[in-house]
Amino acid sequence: MPDDGRKVSVACTVNGREHTLRVHPLARLLDVLREELHLTGSKEGCGEGECGACSVLINGELVNSCLVPALQVDGARITTIEGIAPADALHAVQDAFIEAGGSQCGICTPGMIVAAVNLLERVPEPTEEDIRVGLAGNLCRCTGYTKIFEAVVRACRQTRPQVKA
Amino acid sequence: MRSYLYEYELVSPPNLAEALALMAREPGAWKPFAGGTDLMVLLEAGKLPHKKFFSLWHLRELKGIRISPEAVTLGALTTYTEVLRHPVLQQEFPLLWRAAAETGGVATQNRGTLGGNIANASPAADSPPALLVYDAELELMSARGSRWVPYHGFHTGYKQMDLRSDELIRSLRLPRVTRSRKHYYRKVGARKAQAISKVVFAGVAELEGDVVRDIRIAVGSVAPTVLRCVRTESVLRGHKVNPATIAGAQAALAGEIAPIDDIRSTMSYRRRVSLNLLEDFLQSCLDSKR
Repeated sequence: MPDDGRKVSVACTVNGREHTLRVHPLARLLDVLREELHLTGSKEGCGEGECGACSVLINGELVNSCLVPALQVDGARITTIEGIAPADALHAVQDAFIEAGGSQCGICTPGMIVAAVNLLERVPEPTEEDIRVGLAGNLCRCTGYTKIFEAVVRACRQTRPQVKA
Repeated sequence: MRSYLYEYELVSPPNLAEALALMAREPGAWKPFAGGTDLMVLLEAGKLPHKKFFSLWHLRELKGIRISPEAVTLGALTTYTEVLRHPVLQQEFPLLWRAAAETGGVATQNRGTLGGNIANASPAADSPPALLVYDAELELMSARGSRWVPYHGFHTGYKQMDLRSDELIRSLRLPRVTRSRKHYYRKVGARKAQAISKVVFAGVAELEGDVVRDIRIAVGSVAPTVLRCVRTESVLRGHKVNPATIAGAQAALAGEIAPIDDIRSTMSYRRRVSLNLLEDFLQSCLDSKR
């Protein structure tokens, strides 16, 4: 292992499990998640914070994990796509993406779902503008976005009791 | 090509005093690292020349927004998200609010900071034009103490700042103005969201009828630094807004900016758009509905 002395201990909770990692302080959170913890759901698209494929939540806030140095998650609570729903279950947003056809090639999907879940936590009844702003940092080259926006609308209908006329 | 990580250091001083002591011990050797939205991109691209950094992200002394009757003081680590969530900023400093809304997506707004946007010193940055027209002041701090400087004049050349090698930006202060003002902000990029500007324009004006009592204009992406356009302002101050003064102000602005051709736009496009935005701003001053 080269220059192991430059590594530091980083203690954090990932999807409810506590970890103490030995990593370079500038290692990208994305690489730590994928290579140290084998959580390969978060994808690398651009590696420069433009595409959102690597979106995760740190203490409930959406971030691009390719731009977060490992040192800065010491003490943090991280949620990745693997922790969005309990094992063997799907989150309402995931169900809605399947039903609405919000996923095609799939590379943007984990980040898109994490961003959508974060949006619905902040804004439970989003307008179309809220959805567009909330997902503006997540690029998709397949769907044309319309089915993704439909999935988010569908997900908030499912998470709330229907109002009867 | 990606950087070789083991050439780099990132340390984590426990508090601001320790961070300042680190800078004092080896002036210029250690540089601050805030939310990483610029530095991590350079690191990944193999284009980060400086090698030793200390993280500010956890330092409480650089966080928080304080409101007094005279001013709003923002810690240098204030994120765009915190700007967007603050009702006083939205109400009284709407151009800063707009700049925050137009910077990246939610994930970037959660990590990008005002202090970082200033210290990164890009002439294309979104928040500096708004800070310039609101007469922002900066608190620069070192182990020797702190000093307040006007933000106007802080950028001395491309990526050059009036910041000593043992100093960091601790906070920003915006004086509150109760008088009614016209606020104008336009960011022109290749697309509406998630784009770096070709031209960014901020303006604030106080009018009496159609006479300009006071005015501030700042533009980005058209000079080596973000530019406060003092000559254009002086052409307008005390004068009626009409086609002749608009033309005079455009001539002054054309002499003040120094746009170039680069990957995002061309000199002539930037000049044309800057002059058009100035006209649009001045027209909007006459239209109470805009």
